[in-house]
Amino acid sequence: MIAFLKRYEGLWLFVHSPAAMIAALVAALILIGAVFAPWIALVNPYDLASFSLFDGLLPPAWEDGANPKYLLGTDDQGRDMISSILYGARLSLVIGIAALTIAAVLGVGLGLAAGYYGGRFDAIIMRIADVQLALPAILTALLIDGIARGILPAAIQQDLRVAVLTLAIALSLWVNFARTARASTFVQMKKEYVQAAIMMGQRPSRVMFVHILPNILGPLLVIMTVDLASAILLEATLSFLGIGLPADSPSLGTLIRIGMQFLLSGEWWILWIPTLFLVALVVSINILGDFLRDVFNPRLR
Amino acid sequence: MLTITDLAVKFPSRFGDFTAIEDVDMTIAPGEIHGLVGESGAGKSTVGAAVIGLLQTPGYIAGGTLTLGDTDLRDLSDGQAHAIRGDRISMIFQDPQTSLNPLMTIEDQLVETIQAHSDVSHAAALKRAVDLLEDIGIENAAARIKSYPHQFSGGMRQRVVIALAICTDPELIIADEPTTALDVAVQSQVLDLIRRLARDRKIAFMLITHDIGVIAQVADRVTVMRHGKVMETGETAQVLGAPRHPYTRALMDAVPPLDRRIDRFRVPQEADTGPITQDNAAEAWLLEGIEQDPIGLSLSNLCVRFPGTRTSLWRKPDPYVALHDISFDIRPASIMGLVGESGSGKSTLAKAITGLVTPSSGTMTLGDDTLPGGKSRSRHHPSRQLIQMVFQDPYSSLNSRQTIGAILAEPLWFYGFTPDPSDRRRLAASMLELVGMAPDAIDKYPHQFSGGQRQRIAVARTLLARPRFLICDEPTSALDVSIQAEILNLLKDLQAKFGLTILFISHNLAVVRQMADDTAVLRNGRIEEIGSTEALYANPQADYTRTLLSLTPVMPISWQAPTG
Repeated sequence: MIAFLKRYEGLWLFVHSPAAMIAALVAALILIGAVFAPWIALVNPYDLASFSLFDGLLPPAWEDGANPKYLLGTDDQGRDMISSILYGARLSLVIGIAALTIAAVLGVGLGLAAGYYGGRFDAIIMRIADVQLALPAILTALLIDGIARGILPAAIQQDLRVAVLTLAIALSLWVNFARTARASTFVQMKKEYVQAAIMMGQRPSRVMFVHILPNILGPLLVIMTVDLASAILLEATLSFLGIGLPADSPSLGTLIRIGMQFLLSGEWWILWIPTLFLVALVVSINILGDFLRDVFNPRLR
Repeated sequence: MLTITDLAVKFPSRFGDFTAIEDVDMTIAPGEIHGLVGESGAGKSTVGAAVIGLLQTPGYIAGGTLTLGDTDLRDLSDGQAHAIRGDRISMIFQDPQTSLNPLMTIEDQLVETIQAHSDVSHAAALKRAVDLLEDIGIENAAARIKSYPHQFSGGMRQRVVIALAICTDPELIIADEPTTALDVAVQSQVLDLIRRLARDRKIAFMLITHDIGVIAQVADRVTVMRHGKVMETGETAQVLGAPRHPYTRALMDAVPPLDRRIDRFRVPQEADTGPITQDNAAEAWLLEGIEQDPIGLSLSNLCVRFPGTRTSLWRKPDPYVALHDISFDIRPASIMGLVGESGSGKSTLAKAITGLVTPSSGTMTLGDDTLPGGKSRSRHHPSRQLIQMVFQDPYSSLNSRQTIGAILAEPLWFYGFTPDPSDRRRLAASMLELVGMAPDAIDKYPHQFSGGQRQRIAVARTLLARPRFLICDEPTSALDVSIQAEILNLLKDLQAKFGLTILFISHNLAVVRQMADDTAVLRNGRIEEIGSTEALYANPQADYTRTLLSLTPVMPISWQAPTG
């Protein structure tokens, strides 16, 4: 047993960290709920026929006047809150993960190349990254959104909302990956195993992806988890501001925006339940990211 | 004065307590330089840290007594221990680059330390600091004391560190590898200073080092440690001259002598380094691949310049000359030794030959063909296979994310020797045997091996490229002496068997004497002297060579192992 745990150091740390375990449990539950939303959810919030206005504004089950069928109540359209949240989380996670993947591929590729080639190429990539960093993420997203609205014909705009949103988020996140990958690559370039590979005459792409990349994965994985939380938050922010997804295909951010209208009207659940859900999701992902950072950094143990 | 009895230090871990040192006994008298010698992991530094009360958490003293004069060091409160540190016990660290605060002037650091331990005015403390610096050999100290650490050279900086350690008149100084980061010339000055301080000020030194030459030169008494236990202790002349413990004997045997050449080092046979088997598949493969005769390399007028730091926006910066007009020939199937201090351009020369650095002028010829330099050498140039390199640091020269099998198969695959993966695996396994490793290492990862084993794996990788010319850049300077002896033996065997031509780079003159047929002495990017090793060591022509040779710590002949 001890030998096994010694080998899987990360697992040992995991079972001895209650925070990480709870976070993993919460994140896993949300993920499962989001993936299986069509089978779990009571109603399909995208399907106007599956809910009724007569069920609107019902409070959660433990309050007076609730319909026990809707455990966490309904919103003004009569949509079941649980169903909306599950479908919303599904959309938020899809956009977050897709944006993260694009950002990681773009950022790690550019960062690796910048660290490997150095010199002018590095300077150009990093100045672009600096410019990107100078623009707040929301501004970048607004910019892309504005451009998309300007150049895309109105007919397909609606269909491409998700793609535009994903691209906007990806563009504001790639810099993190690029900077980390570049810095770690610089460290690895000084290592003699890389020099040995270069000396042999191996192709730059092989040196970068076969030799260097596996050695810099640790910090990149940490950034990935932390940035997944940022991506979800960014999507929520954009949807909340009304430039994300429309009300008929709600993500978590859209749900919170809708709930805002009921903040002071007594129907607190329409705002608070999706908000708490978002907080739980982001906090648990962040805790997992922190935990991963500790696993990869022996000095913090 | 310092008395240690039965000292044990343990480090608790998840898997039970790890005993770092146990049953350590030691006494140090005032004015005595007590050497503490041993290989890495012997627990030398842990003894020092326990005495000064700075054990790394979560280590703790599990038993034994520690007394300084009549003070029981184990009995102190945190406050009292803090007062004793610096006041009665000081410490000198290995690296003078990091043991001074780069943002404070020397004056501030010295005055602060003096005032922290005695109630004197700033002016009095300053006067004492200046006197102290003058005393330890810093000229014009009154002006120099205003400088920052980076304005001093490495040796001067180590003197300042020593000044910091003695400015409070301590009774005991713990010096942990005080000269390991320094060149020989500077090392000998620092050792002289330590000896003088012990004599004149009656300061006791605990000199922790892995270098037996240093111990032989300055220590009055010596304690040999291994695996956390004391092997032997006594007068230096007795312990090193007539060792009683077989480990001390083995350690002495492994130290390369400076004044003569021995054919092989005597190394105790370790379990994992079995004898090289006969009829080895890898050996047959290597011999069959030798189509051409041993190959020589000649350099003529090779210069390497790096862009200097820009001082003005308008002027082009002056280039920094790393190598100046280097010309020499390495005869086929011979070993050329290249010695020099840090910054002399040794590694730059290796990089120029391997194509990692572009020479600014001059030509290189490998065999009969011109060797294009740097970027103009294509990725498929034949020299990329013929020239291979063994690197200094076995901890960074192997990709830690690949198995040994994958690391060894890479040259076979890359140079297209063996298209079949199972052939590659078989060949890699027998190559491991050839370099003295168990073939089952093939599925393990580099971190599962010690430094010496990794260096063997690195040698195996270079051989699997079927090289004719090998560059060894300080291949043993990261290793313990006994491991160094094994690797040097291995390199000698392989060179003789396969007719390799080797450029052997080292800062250690004794090692080069054992290895090289010819030797070149490099200084500030220029060749000071070049010639056959025996002639150069017996009768050095250049002043610089003579200085280097005279400053390298040596043991009296009578202490050395009989030739054999």
